[in-house]
Amino acid sequence: MSAPSSQTTDHSLDSFGDATASATRVTPGNALRPEDIALQDTAPATEAIAQYALRLGDDALVYSQRMAHWVSRAPELEEDIALGNITLDQLGHARSFLTYAGKKWDKTEDDLAYWREEEEFTSVHLVEQPNGDFAETIVRALFLGIYQHMVYTRLLESSDETLSAIAAKALKEVDYHLEHAELWTLRLGSGTEESARRMRRALEKLWPYVDELFQDEPLHDELEGIAPRPSTLREEWTARLTEILERAELSVPEVPFAMAYGRRGEHSEHLGYILAEMQVLARKHPGATW
Amino acid sequence: MAEQTTSGGHLSAVLSPEDEAGQQRFDAIIEQDSRIEPRDWMPEAYRKSLTRQMSQHAHSEIIGMQPEANWITRAPSLKRKSILIAKVQDEAGHGLYLYSSTETLGTDRDTLNDQLMSGRAKYSSIFNYPARTWADMGAIGWLVDGAAIANQVPLCRASYGPYGRAMVRICKEESFHQRQGFEILLELANGTEAQKKMAQDAIDRFYAPALMMFGPSDNDSPNSKQSMAWNVKRFSNDDLRQRFVGMIAEQVKVLGLTLPDPELRYDEETGQWIHMELDWDEFNRVIKGGGPCNSQRMARRREAHEEGAWVREAASAYARKQQMKEQVA
Ligand SMILES: [Fe+2]
Ligand SMILES: [Fe+2]
Repeated sequence: MSAPSSQTTDHSLDSFGDATASATRVTPGNALRPEDIALQDTAPATEAIAQYALRLGDDALVYSQRMAHWVSRAPELEEDIALGNITLDQLGHARSFLTYAGKKWDKTEDDLAYWREEEEFTSVHLVEQPNGDFAETIVRALFLGIYQHMVYTRLLESSDETLSAIAAKALKEVDYHLEHAELWTLRLGSGTEESARRMRRALEKLWPYVDELFQDEPLHDELEGIAPRPSTLREEWTARLTEILERAELSVPEVPFAMAYGRRGEHSEHLGYILAEMQVLARKHPGATW
Repeated sequence: MAEQTTSGGHLSAVLSPEDEAGQQRFDAIIEQDSRIEPRDWMPEAYRKSLTRQMSQHAHSEIIGMQPEANWITRAPSLKRKSILIAKVQDEAGHGLYLYSSTETLGTDRDTLNDQLMSGRAKYSSIFNYPARTWADMGAIGWLVDGAAIANQVPLCRASYGPYGRAMVRICKEESFHQRQGFEILLELANGTEAQKKMAQDAIDRFYAPALMMFGPSDNDSPNSKQSMAWNVKRFSNDDLRQRFVGMIAEQVKVLGLTLPDPELRYDEETGQWIHMELDWDEFNRVIKGGGPCNSQRMARRREAHEEGAWVREAASAYARKQQMKEQVA
């Protein structure tokens, strides 16, 4: 039996190719990776900054976890790729924000993702909602896309350099997510009668969770010059949304806002299941690395 | 399916002058081992055989997304989750790319898709085995993508241009897939007892099905001979299989794990790797639909397609409306 040393075998594995090669990535690659942030010396300067990064990270993580369900189930092959892209990008943003937040508390992204309890998560109810049909997925993507686009744009001017660097990278990707959501809103809104009906129903179903996005917390008092106050985003957000909906022959629904307090750990009924699934394997093997 | 096994394309006794000239050109191109392009004349049997092979390949990429997508939401670290999503997404890209290449032979994607949905078209039977544990993500990457590479690298020189070029692009990414699979197993193999056991168990389950991915011995396959004559296939199934076994036999040592094959050895005399007998009855049973997950995989594919119907209709209705608007403007 010929027996090359493990060294040679390792080299042959190297020759397999570039680990970042992918034909399907349409958004920017590895500008600032979570691994880079983990290596940086800078931890968030204050608890408030860490808490803020945690919120952005949790939203993106739970959203990505939800979106992951579409992979191999999309309405067409091109959408499988597009939705997969969004899932992957959002996970990337989550990893960066969580890694940065965790440095304040000596925790890794995985400590925060896998070992916190439900009430310690800070995600908004909107990202926790089930995917529903494709219309619901698109309406949520539109709500969130406009929101994230605005937040990350404002963060470009943040005096916290890491936050602004993460936002700069995320923005390029969210740009694409928003474009995707907008295009589908137009297609579905003015496509067929059925697609328009599904869009109206989706808007009514998800509108209640919009208000929570714009609630200020005491936390934001301490983030002057670092992060935007959520309440200051509402007007422009509503204007941008209304403009897109009008073009899609849709309108803002008249339904009341829900009492939703995800930021303080009071979550929808869904989050428990989402976390159970996400954390099950990691928790079965405490202390293991993967 | 019975196929013409004599020299390419002499399907009818009387050839038109155009066909005769075409056949001559085709034979010359094959003779020079150069490339047939979509607009070139080609024998019907060649077109049919490649359409079948390429679309099966495309279907395999698409169905193959399912066992791995099954673990995205439970991946045990965010980094692994991210790599896994990228991999499954790559497979969708491969499927798309291969469907486009197949379309150059004259069958459109909807028709190919219908053939998959109706069960008339096959896909690689390996994907009818369940991915039960996280270690299966490792074993699938290492063994299944690994076997796919062994099969596909020679196809980069396939005589049909679009297929060969698709294979070049796809093989690059498959290499990354195999690598990440190996890394998953390596991490598990160096982990806790439970992790190590998980890794060994996955290898035990995927070893034989992965070897069967190369197909039965060519002695039993008339298609193989024709495919070789057309410069599509370059090596026999058995030859590719034994080379692959040789490769993983070395790599498994790096893992400190074993292959479940007591008969595995390198034969100095023939320069061949010898492996155990494979259970071709099981293989045939899975191909015919009786594998552990055939029904589940097909149901998921059909469901996604059916539930997406209203979305696709809306998209084309919207496109029509836009077109009309542009014409008016
Ligand atoms: Fe592939
Ligand atoms: Fe692959």
